[in-house]
Formats: sequence, structure tokens, C-alpha cells
Amino acid sequence: MDAKKYGGKLLSAELLMIVVALIFLAPFYFLLVNSVKPFGDIMTNSASWPEVFKWDNYTRAWELTKFPQAFLNSLIITAVTVVLTSLISAMGAYRMVRANTRYNRFLFMLFVASMVIPFQSIMIPLLQVVNTLGVNNSMYGLIICYLGLGAPLSLFLFHGFVKSIPLEIEEAARVDGCHPVMVFFRIVLPLLKPMMMTVIILNTLWVWNDYLLPSLILQKPEMRTIPLATFAFFGQYTKQWDLALPALVLGIAPIVAFFLLLQRYIVEGVAAGSVKG
Amino acid sequence: MQDKKLTGWLQQLIFVGPVTVFFLLIMIIPFLLGMYYSFTDWNGVAGTVHWVGFDNFKQIFTNDPDFWNAFWFTLRFTLVGVVLTNAVGFFLAYLLTKKMKTRNVLRTIFFMPNVIGGLLLGFIWQFIFIKGFATVGDLTGWSFFNLPWLGDETTGFWGIVMVFVWQTAGYLMVVYIASLANVSKEVLEAAQIDGASHGQILRSIIVPLIMPAVTVCLFLAISWAFKMFDLNLSLTKGGPYKSTESVALNIYAEAFQNNRYGLGTAKSLLFFVMVAVITLIQVRVTKSKEVEA
Repeated sequence: MDAKKYGGKLLSAELLMIVVALIFLAPFYFLLVNSVKPFGDIMTNSASWPEVFKWDNYTRAWELTKFPQAFLNSLIITAVTVVLTSLISAMGAYRMVRANTRYNRFLFMLFVASMVIPFQSIMIPLLQVVNTLGVNNSMYGLIICYLGLGAPLSLFLFHGFVKSIPLEIEEAARVDGCHPVMVFFRIVLPLLKPMMMTVIILNTLWVWNDYLLPSLILQKPEMRTIPLATFAFFGQYTKQWDLALPALVLGIAPIVAFFLLLQRYIVEGVAAGSVKG
Repeated sequence: MQDKKLTGWLQQLIFVGPVTVFFLLIMIIPFLLGMYYSFTDWNGVAGTVHWVGFDNFKQIFTNDPDFWNAFWFTLRFTLVGVVLTNAVGFFLAYLLTKKMKTRNVLRTIFFMPNVIGGLLLGFIWQFIFIKGFATVGDLTGWSFFNLPWLGDETTGFWGIVMVFVWQTAGYLMVVYIASLANVSKEVLEAAQIDGASHGQILRSIIVPLIMPAVTVCLFLAISWAFKMFDLNLSLTKGGPYKSTESVALNIYAEAFQNNRYGLGTAKSLLFFVMVAVITLIQVRVTKSKEVEA
């Protein structure tokens, strides 16, 4: 019925959704308009459109949070983690499906079971491990942790996907004398692309936004990621909204831009990742 | 033959080796270490670990009201948050699978809060609760907006619930949309021709058919809510007077502020058991309600 014509019922449903969407967006409105107001104007009326645009708020927040440094740290940590996690999980999942031994079945079960473990349940001894390895207070240490923490879900997603890839193509390549490692990189990896997108997106959103783990491992101010820099800044300038708000806008800008650019893939990736999970 | 066996092991090493090493090092070893430490009085400094048997657990069960307050808070929050975010997520998905002209833009808007991390969202909402709500309250005169938001236990609880729903409903919406798209049009049309009402179709056809998505969405929402840390830290820090402290925050404070690592790991172990039991029960129950399409 409603598939055929655009009637009054559908129109009212659409109007209702638009109102709900505006309510969803309201916090962003408050954030943006107040980020350019002088402090006094924020205090007297936080709902109005800015009378004067004090762009200087942004200049000061940019300098005080050392935004370029934090952005770069977040970018390096996220990029390296995401690339390495995707690669090692895809390789592991591929082998576990193709060599279905008792040992691999047990290992896979261990990976799946570990997905129930909350991070807070292992964080205290994890720090001990990080200290023992001597990688405390370094980006390497943080990335190593992410590789282990991100592996179970990524491997699980690839595992389900590899099962759906027909064996014939690989066998043909192998008969032609292609080395198994080359078979993986030349033939299997390109076929994994749809699931690769999902894994990359899920891991990017997680690592980029994570606060707790980096707060435990990175103590030096010059290593701070965006969430760490924002937290430190907010603690120092609480209630100084004319500085805190532009800092927050800067903090969310990269990930929101990333989302708006790749939204189709992100929404599809999320759907694929959850339905399989 | 010998050669083939060797390459088999070499391949196993190359392909499965790296991911297994990191997994064992970062998840399994800390998990096992945590079990050991939970029976000790470790204070974070190496070389001061003494076996204390069940003392930590005795302490938690008999003499730690803060932990149990945090537990009840987390349980209440999980219950309310999970129900509300699933209701909102499903409601959005249900309407957005209809042929609306703006549905793609609307989906983007509803999903957007989800890509921003909990910590920054919490700070943004601190401003909304403190300044934004006050202004809206002055403009509209609605007393709802003039409550002392985040200032007492009740508004703290509902404040966190509100932001949690705002953040997570869009994600669940995407999962529900994917599932609703698979409900066959023929079945729905047949039911309509037979004179079933919208409510009947929803209850008797759509909901049973999308139960796999319900399983997933409940699972996701429960684990987000039960493990909530960032939102809690940035919105209320557990205050006032620890009245809105989640279990995750309580464990964090025990270990890294009180330096009682042994006690902290004991709480971590209990926390793991709670999460495992709750999610296993939920998956069991909703799986049993799934039907073959």
C-alpha cells in the first residue's frame, strides 16, 4: 500500500521524523553557535545565533590543545593499528578455515569466547604485561595492545567470510605453482575486500575514539591522542566554555568528516559487521 | 611427505602465528594473570604480591557498599538504557524503511552521534545540560529543563541514559533496517489483503521475522551499557557522591586511584562473570524465539 503512493499518512510520518532529526541535531547547534561567542554571550543566551563571531576562540583552543600534534598522534596510532589488525586477522582466519585441524578449531573457539571479556576485566594485569615488555609510555605499546584486543572480532568476521569463498580459484593458482603466501596476497586478499571494509571501519571508529587504554599507557603530554588532549584540556578549563567548546568542535571534526565522506560504506559496514556478529 | 608436513607447519606459523601471539599476549595472559592477582594483596608495585586466599572476595561481598551501589546503578542503567535505545532504534528503522523522500539524509543524521567517542560526547552534553537546558527552560518555561541536570542522583541517571540513547540508537537503527529490508513484501501484502491491522502485522509477522536482529541489538546494547565508562567519566565522574558510578568506573578507581590492584582484579573477575552470565542468558533466550523465515 505505502509502497505505491506518497499519501498523507506517509507525509505526516516523514514530518515527524524530521522533527525527531532536528532534536537529534540540537546538541550540535548549541555546540557550534556557542563555540564562536564571547564568554558573556554564552552565559546570557546560549540558544541565540551569535551576534559577533569571535573566531579567536578557535585560534586559542587550537594552540592550547596543541591540536595538530594530537591529530597526528591519533592518525598514526589509528592507521597503523587498523592496517596491521586487518592483515594479521585476515591471514589467521584464512588459514583457520582452509586448514581445519583440531588445533585450529580450538584456537578459533578461544578467539570467539574471548569476545565476552570486557576490557576493564583485563586492563590492570595488561598494564603489568606492557611494563614487563618495556613498551610502557610508547605508541608501540599502545598499538601492540590494540592488535591483541582487536583481533578476536576482526578474525571472527573474516572467518565467516572466507568460508563463502570458493576453493577452485586458489587450487588453480596452486597447481600453476604459486606459493601459498602469494596465493593469499594475490588472490584471496582482493576477494576479502567487502569484509575488509567492514573490519577497517569498525576498528577505525573504535581506536580513534578510545580513551581508557591510551590514558593508561601514554603519560607524556606530547603523545596525547585527541580524546586524551580533550580530557586534559577540559580538566584545566572547566566552565571556560569559550575555550572548551571550540576545542570540542576541533576534536569531533576529523571523525565527523570521515563519516560524512564515507557514510555509505560505514553504514553498510556496520550492518554487515553486526548481522554476522 | 616430510617436506609437505614441514611446509604445513611453516604456513601455520606465517598465517596464524602473528595474530595468535598478540592475542595470547594481550588477552589471554592478562586474563589468567588477573585470576591470580585477585587472590593477592598486590598494590601495583612489583615484588609485593602476597597470596591472601579469598580475602578480596570476602571484602567485596561483606564490606564494600560502593561496589554494590555501582553494581545496582549499572544494572538499572543497563535495563533502562537497553530497552529505550532498542525501542528508539527500532522505531526509527521501522519508519525509515518506508518510502520517505528524505530517508537517506535522516539515516545519516541519526547515525552521526555514534561515530563520535563517548568521552567527547559526554563533554558536549555537559554543556547542553548545564547551559543549553537552562536557556531552553527560560524560553519555554518548562520545568523539565530547569531541573538540576547532572546535579543529583536522579537527573544524573537520566542524563546518562539520555545521552546513551542518543549515541547508540542510530547504530541499532542500521542493524534493524538491514533486517527489515529482508522481510518479504509478499508476506506483508498477503497479510494486508487478509485484513490484518498495522499492529497485528508488526506483532505477528515483522517482529518474529527480525528476531535475529533483536538478538544482535540486545547483545550489543547490553554490552555497551554494562561496560559503560567514557560517558560516565565525562558526564558525572560517578558523582554526586558516587551515586552514578558504574562498575567499570569503580574498578578503575579501586586500582588506579586507591592503588589496590589485588582488590581491583578481584572486582574485574566478578565483572567478567556478570557480563558473561548476562549476555549468555540473553542470547539463549532471544535465540530460542527466532523462527525460520
